[in-house]
Amino acid sequence: MYTQALNSSEGEDRNVEDAARAAQFQARIDADERIEPNDWMPAAYRKTLTRQISQHAHSEIVGMLPEGNWITRAPSLRRKAALLAKVQDECGHGLYLYAAAETLGTSREELVDLMLAGKAKYSSIFNYPTLTWADIGTIGWLVDGAAIMNQIPLCRCSYGPYARAMIRVCKEESFHQRQGFEIMLMLCRGTDEQKAMAQDALNRWWWPVLMMFGPPDQASQHSDTSTKWKIKRFSNDELRQKFVDATVPQAQFLGLSIPDPGMKQNEAGNWEYSAIDWEEFKQVLSGNGPCNRDRLAARRKAHDDGAWVREAAMAYAEKRRQRATLQAAE
Amino acid sequence: MTVANITVSETPLVLYTLRRADDALILGHRLSEWCGHAPMLEEDMALANMGLDLLGQARELYAYAAKVEGRGNDEDKFAYLRDVRQYRNLLLLEQPNGDFARTMVRQFFYATFADLYWRAMMRSSDATLAAIAAKSEKESAYHVRHSSEWIVRLGDGTEESHRRVQSAIDELWAFTGEMFSVDDSERGLIDAGIGIDPAPLRSQWLKTITGVVGEATLALPKNDWMQQGGRSGRHSEHLGHLLSELQSMPRTFPGATW
Repeated sequence: MYTQALNSSEGEDRNVEDAARAAQFQARIDADERIEPNDWMPAAYRKTLTRQISQHAHSEIVGMLPEGNWITRAPSLRRKAALLAKVQDECGHGLYLYAAAETLGTSREELVDLMLAGKAKYSSIFNYPTLTWADIGTIGWLVDGAAIMNQIPLCRCSYGPYARAMIRVCKEESFHQRQGFEIMLMLCRGTDEQKAMAQDALNRWWWPVLMMFGPPDQASQHSDTSTKWKIKRFSNDELRQKFVDATVPQAQFLGLSIPDPGMKQNEAGNWEYSAIDWEEFKQVLSGNGPCNRDRLAARRKAHDDGAWVREAAMAYAEKRRQRATLQAAE
Repeated sequence: MTVANITVSETPLVLYTLRRADDALILGHRLSEWCGHAPMLEEDMALANMGLDLLGQARELYAYAAKVEGRGNDEDKFAYLRDVRQYRNLLLLEQPNGDFARTMVRQFFYATFADLYWRAMMRSSDATLAAIAAKSEKESAYHVRHSSEWIVRLGDGTEESHRRVQSAIDELWAFTGEMFSVDDSERGLIDAGIGIDPAPLRSQWLKTITGVVGEATLALPKNDWMQQGGRSGRHSEHLGHLLSELQSMPRTFPGATW
């Protein structure tokens, strides 16, 4: 495994009070240098990044489920191929991010086990159901659109492997976003039934998508240190506002109404949105979203049903190793 | 409201092309069912990849069938507006995924055949079929490598994996004969150098299968009874359920463009 080649994190705990090293570390961050896996880093930096990167990876993998729900029912062969390729991309992002998390010293298996045990979070948006084909368009347009807002700044994150992973992920996400918008465009130029389907999807996804940026700035737990370490470069509310401002004209172009009658543009040109129902966000995060149980159950089932396959692959690899050793001895 | 099935003018070349297109679509659809549910992320990637290869093959073949037929049908009409009795795929390919061993055995049996078939079709006197074959062969060569490696790993892995993969071989064996059968409609195309005669490919197919199965410490069944029917639309009960899912959108929203 990749992590075995890396420095262990044990030394840092002893050195966490090493003010000189911590100051040197912060100086490197301030100078916009990249931190690499073998560099010294504060234990809390390692922990924060492991949590953030693995949550991101879990989100990609759980995120395969709501969209995968429509692969077998995509309405044309072109859409079917594009959706399958898209969900495959998400899987690739997950793999890539687990690999980035492993450079911090925790294996993919351990991280996945935490998620399956319900002890690690993934993006709350994937706990909502995809009920119609328009949901696939809306996820591409808005969920991937919001993800891009969040992730573009991460391409400059202080931790090298994460920043590099994000560059590739963002390229693919922006393709997905255009694909999603194009699905919406087809619906909005289609029959009345298709337009209604598009509007209904926007109505259901709008508020959960705004929640994707996380709690309002006054309530965010991790922001201060993350900003100091240049993991986070913009606040939740700043990113949310950027997203709303970019999305309103797109909805207008599609001829769809954003389900926020109180929304208005201020003098600075920003779209002011109404209060977000943070109670709903809290409920979904704590396991009470419409699909939390289904999502975890599906991931656990894939994991459990596949256990014998993984065991067989390990057993076979071990047999081969033993045979090679025997041959070498002869 | 329902949408009527299309009618297809099944001239020998249209039928020949549709049979290969249906093979690719149905197996591609089956593989796509795994997406998000595979035993490991690497296999989620691989199964989706192979599913995409097959979908791509299906689309090219449907487009060619539409062109040859020349009656206004297209890839989506062929895929979404024919019922079970109009589908022409091999019975093997519509069999449910079952466990990972069953999926891999189905893949291994078919890909090993398809690779030989596409390689032969690269010499077809029909330039479009030859070009589709040249592209598809590159893909099937990978499918053979991927699935045969898994057959060996599972056969020579643990007791449980050995038992599962052997049972999959026993269950699916009777569907392999159909790959090598030829009817009158195809005979004429074979004589004209357009279609491929699968019969001479069987010895090479069996050699590859026997070699991999042997390395995997598995055995082929003694039973030689072979099921037929897919090529003329007499399918297993499984295909109807697959199609009702695959076709649900165009059947529910007649005439809509997506």
